[in-house]
Amino acid sequence: MSATAVHNLWTTAADPIAKIPAPKIEYGQLAPVLIVAGAALVGVLVEAFVPRRSRYYTQVFVSVVALCAAFASVVALAADGYGTTKAHIAAMGAVAVDGPALFLQGTILLAALVGLFTFAERRLDPEAHGSRVDSFAAQAASVPGSDSEKAAVKAGFTTTEVFPLLLFAVAGMLVFPAADDLLTLFIALEVLSLPLYLLCALARRKRLMSQEAAVKYFLLGAFASAFTLFGIALLYGYAGSMSYARIAQVVDGTATGLDPALADTTGNDALLLIGMALIVMGLLFKVGAVPFHMWTPDVYQGAPTPVTGFMAAATKVAAFGALLRLLYVVLPGLRWDWRPVMWGVAIVTMLGGAIVAITQTDIKRLLAYSSVAHAGFILAGVIATNRDGVSSVLFYLAGYSFVTIGAFAVVTLVRDAGGEATHLSKWAGLGRRSPLVAAVFAVFLLAFAGIPLTSGFSGKFAVFSAAANGGAAPLVVIGVISSAIAAFFYIRVIVLMFFSEPRPDGPTVAVPSPLTMTAIAVGVAVTVVLGVAPQYFLDLANQASVFVR
Amino acid sequence: MSFPLLTATAALPALGAVATAAVPASRRSAAKWLALLVSLATLALAVVVLVRFDPDGARYQLTESHAWIKNFGVRYELGVDGIGVALLALTALLIPFVVLAGWNDADPLETGSRRWRPTQGFFALILAVEAMVIISFEATDVFLFYIFFEAMLIPMYFLIGGFGDRAHEHGEEAAATQRSYAAVKFLLYNLVGGLIMLAAVIGLYAVAGNFSLTEIAAARANGSLHMATSTERWLFLGFFFAFAVKAPLWPLHTWLPNAMQESTAPVAVLITAVVDKVGTFAMLRFCLQLFPEASRWATPVILVLALISIVYGALLAVGQRDIKRLVAYASISHFGFIILGIFAMTSQGQSGATLYMVNHGLSTAALMLVAGFLITRRGSRLIADYGGVQKVAPVLAGTFLIGGLATLSLPGLAPFVSEFLVLVGTFARYPVIGIIATFGIVLAALYTLVLYQRTMTGPVKPAVASMPDLKARELLVVGPLIVLLILLGVYPKPVTDIVNPAVKQTMSDVHRTDPKPAVEASK
Repeated sequence: MSATAVHNLWTTAADPIAKIPAPKIEYGQLAPVLIVAGAALVGVLVEAFVPRRSRYYTQVFVSVVALCAAFASVVALAADGYGTTKAHIAAMGAVAVDGPALFLQGTILLAALVGLFTFAERRLDPEAHGSRVDSFAAQAASVPGSDSEKAAVKAGFTTTEVFPLLLFAVAGMLVFPAADDLLTLFIALEVLSLPLYLLCALARRKRLMSQEAAVKYFLLGAFASAFTLFGIALLYGYAGSMSYARIAQVVDGTATGLDPALADTTGNDALLLIGMALIVMGLLFKVGAVPFHMWTPDVYQGAPTPVTGFMAAATKVAAFGALLRLLYVVLPGLRWDWRPVMWGVAIVTMLGGAIVAITQTDIKRLLAYSSVAHAGFILAGVIATNRDGVSSVLFYLAGYSFVTIGAFAVVTLVRDAGGEATHLSKWAGLGRRSPLVAAVFAVFLLAFAGIPLTSGFSGKFAVFSAAANGGAAPLVVIGVISSAIAAFFYIRVIVLMFFSEPRPDGPTVAVPSPLTMTAIAVGVAVTVVLGVAPQYFLDLANQASVFVR
Repeated sequence: MSFPLLTATAALPALGAVATAAVPASRRSAAKWLALLVSLATLALAVVVLVRFDPDGARYQLTESHAWIKNFGVRYELGVDGIGVALLALTALLIPFVVLAGWNDADPLETGSRRWRPTQGFFALILAVEAMVIISFEATDVFLFYIFFEAMLIPMYFLIGGFGDRAHEHGEEAAATQRSYAAVKFLLYNLVGGLIMLAAVIGLYAVAGNFSLTEIAAARANGSLHMATSTERWLFLGFFFAFAVKAPLWPLHTWLPNAMQESTAPVAVLITAVVDKVGTFAMLRFCLQLFPEASRWATPVILVLALISIVYGALLAVGQRDIKRLVAYASISHFGFIILGIFAMTSQGQSGATLYMVNHGLSTAALMLVAGFLITRRGSRLIADYGGVQKVAPVLAGTFLIGGLATLSLPGLAPFVSEFLVLVGTFARYPVIGIIATFGIVLAALYTLVLYQRTMTGPVKPAVASMPDLKARELLVVGPLIVLLILLGVYPKPVTDIVNPAVKQTMSDVHRTDPKPAVEASK
C-alpha cells in the first residue's frame, strides 16, 4: 500500500485553496476621503498624546490642512477629467468617481472648512477662569450642573475632540453621495451620522437641551437607519446584488447571469417597491423632508450653533447627493412609480416648512423650518429627472450651504447673559445697534427668500426651470406660492431688526475673531457672486451633472 | 464698441448709491451733496440719451447686448423705444427734486450709535431705486427686467419702513409700528405679484427657450414660436398680475395708501411717480408684445377693473381726512386712466397713456412735495388741522393750488392733454366706458378743490398762524416742476413726437388698428 493510499484512509482531498484576489483600490482617486479620514485618526491621537494646552491649536491646524488638502485633491481629480471623460467606478464597485460626486465633495469640503472656522471660534463666550473657551462643553462626560462639570470649567477644559468628530462626519459625507453600492451607502450614512449625534450633545450652555436634542436625533436617526438597512436587504433580495448598476439592470430586465439561488425573489416587484421606499425614506429623513422632518427644529435649536450650521449645510448636500444618485442611477426605470410619491413629498415639504415657520419665535427653529422648505425646493429639482435637474440641484446646494453656515454664524454673535440670544423678540432693533451685522443677516435672509441678485434666486430659478422643463409645472406654481409664504417670515425678521425699537435689556453683538468673520464673509461673497455672476458655477454644475453607471 | 450710454445711466446712480452709503457719519451734508450731484449727472446722461434718440429710427435704439447667464439663455440686453426713453427722462428728472425735497428728512434727531447713519442710508437708497428703475425701463431681456423689477422692492421697502414723518398724532412708537406695517404690506403685495410673475417667466422660458423680448416677439409675429392659447393666457395673467399690483389696479391697490401715508413726501413721490410707472410701462412693453392674443382676450375685464379704479379711487379720495392718503387715492384713480388708455388699444389711447405716465409723475410730484412741505411745517397730516394757510404762506398755497389743478387736469396744464387723449382713445372703441370714465374728472375736481378749500382758505387756524412760507430750497423744487407742467400743457409735441412711433409699433404687435371714425370727416 502506497503512502498516498494509506493517507487516503483517514483523509479526503479538499478542493484546492481558491485564491482571494487582492482588492484593487485606486488610492489616488479616493484621496479626498482617505485624507480626511486619516486626519481624523491623527486627531484622535492628538487627543491622546499632545498636552492639553496645545491641543486646540494642533487640532485646528490638522483639520484645516486636511480639509484643504482634500479639497485640492478633489480639484486635481476634476482637472484630470475624472468628473467627465474619465468618470468611473473605483474601489471594486463601491465608490463612484464622477462629476456629481466630485462637485458635491468639493462643496462639502469647502462648507466643512468654513464650518470649522465657526467651531474654532473662541472669542464669543466670556473667558472662563482666565482661559478662552468655544461653544462646546468643558467636559462632555460630566453631568450638567454637577461638581465635576464645575471643576472642568474651572480648569478651563475645552472639548477639542470636536475637531476629529467633525472630520469623521466629513469623511462619511464625502462617501455618501459617491457610494455606488448599497452597503457603502449604509456605512457612509452611519459614519456621517454618529459623529453628528455626538456633536449635537456638546453645547457649552443649555446643556440639557443640547443633550435632549442629541438623544432625539440619535433615536430618530437610528430608526431611519434601520429602515434604510431593511430596504437594502429587500433590494438585495430583489436583485441579488448590492451594486447600483446591477440593480438598475434588473429593474430594466437587461440583467444576465442572475444568481439561481435567489430565483424565487429576483424580480419580485413588491420587494423592489417596498425596498426602494424604505431606502428613500432614510434619505429623506437626512434631508429633513416632510413628513420625516420632526427632528429638525429640536435638533437645530438644541445643538451648538456652529454644529447646527455645519450640519444644516453639509448633511443636506451629502444626503441630496445620495438621493440623486439613487433615483437617477438605480431607479430611472421606475420613474413612473416614484415620481408621484416624490411629488407629494415635495409639495408637503415646501408648504409645510413655509407655513409652520411663520409661527416660530426662535431664530434657530425658524431657520430649521426654513431649511425644511428649502429641502422641498431642492426636491422639485430632483423630480425633474433630466440633466438640468441634476445640475440645478448641485448649484442650489452649493449656494444654499454657504448661506446657511453664514446665517448660523451670525446667530452665534448675538448674545446676552445666557449665551446666544435666539429668541426673536431679542433681535428687535438690532439694525440700530449694529447696522453691519444686521445688514449681513438681512442679506442672508433675502437669499433664503430668493430675492434676485442673491444666490437664492439663481438657485431657485435653476431648480424651478428644470422642474418646469421636466413636466412639473404645478410643482413650480406651488413652489412659488410657498416662496411667497416663506418670504413673509424672512421679512418679519428684517422688520424686527430694522424697524423695531431696540429693547433696553437687548442682547449685545460680540466681536468675533477673524475665524467667524471669515465664515460670514465667505457666506456673503458666495451669496452675491452666485447671484450676480452665476455663469461659471452653472457651467461647472452642468459639466458635473452626468452620473457614471 | 461705442460708449454704453444706457448702462451708464443706470450704473452712475448705482455707484453713487455705494459712494453715498460710504460717507462717514460725521459728514452728513457731504452725503446730501453727493447724492444731488449724482442725480444731476444722471439727468445730464438722460438728456444725452434723449438727444441721441431718433424717434423715427429703429424701434430699439442705443442697444447693448452681452452674454450674461448662458445656461438660462439670459442676456444683458438694453435698448430704449420712445416709451422707454420718455419714462427714463421722467425718472432722471424727478430724482434731483426728490433728493432736494428730502434734504433734511432723514437727519437723525439724536446722535445714536457711531455707525448708525440714517441720512447716508436715505440718499443711497433713493439712488439705488433710481438705478433699478432706470434699468427696468431699458431692459429688453425679460429675465434682466424681472431681476430689477423684484430687486427694487428691497431699497423701496427700507425707504418706507425706515423713514417717516417726524410728527404723528399717536406718538413716535405708533408711527414706527404703522410704518413697518405699511412697509411689510408694500413688500408682501409686490413680492407675491413678483413671484407669480416668476412662475410665468419660467413658463415663458420653458416655451420659448430664451428671454430676449425682441426675439420672442419676432418669433411670435412670424409664427415660428407657437403658443397654445391656454398657455399664452396663463403666462399673460402671471405677468399682468405682477404689473397690476405694482401699478396698482383695483382690487390690488390697498398697499398704496398705506405706503404713501406712512412714508415721507419725497419717498411717496418715488413710489407713485417713479416706481409704479414700471408696472404700467411693463404692461405696454411685455404684456402686449409677448402675449398679443391673450391681451386682446383679457381686455374687457381689464377695462372694467381700470374703470373701477378710476371711480373708486376718486370717490375714496373725496372722503379722506389725511392729505397724503388723499393723494394716494387720487393716484389710484389716475393709474386707472393710464391702464384704460393702454388697453383701449387705440393709438390715441396708448399715446395718451404714455404721456399720462409722464404728466402724472410731474403733477403728483408737485402736489405731493408741496404737501410734504406743508406737513413738515405743521406736524400733522390731517386736513382738519389746517385752514387759512394762503393768508400766512401765499406762495406755498399758490404752488399747492397749481399742483392740485394739474391733478384735476385743468386745461392748459400738462395732465389735461393726456387725460383728453386717453378719453378720446377709449371713446373711439368703447363709448360707454369712455363716458363713465369721464366722471373721474368731475370727482377729481371735487377732491382737489375741497382739499384746497379746507386747508388753504377760511379763517387762519391758530396752529398755522406762524407758518413760514416756502424757502429757497423748496422753491427750487417746486418752481421747475410747475414750469414743466405749464410748458407741456401748452406744447406737448416734443413728448408725443417721441412716443407716437413706439405706440404705433405696439399697436401693430397686438394686431389692432384704430377704429374708423363713426362720422366721416367732411372732405
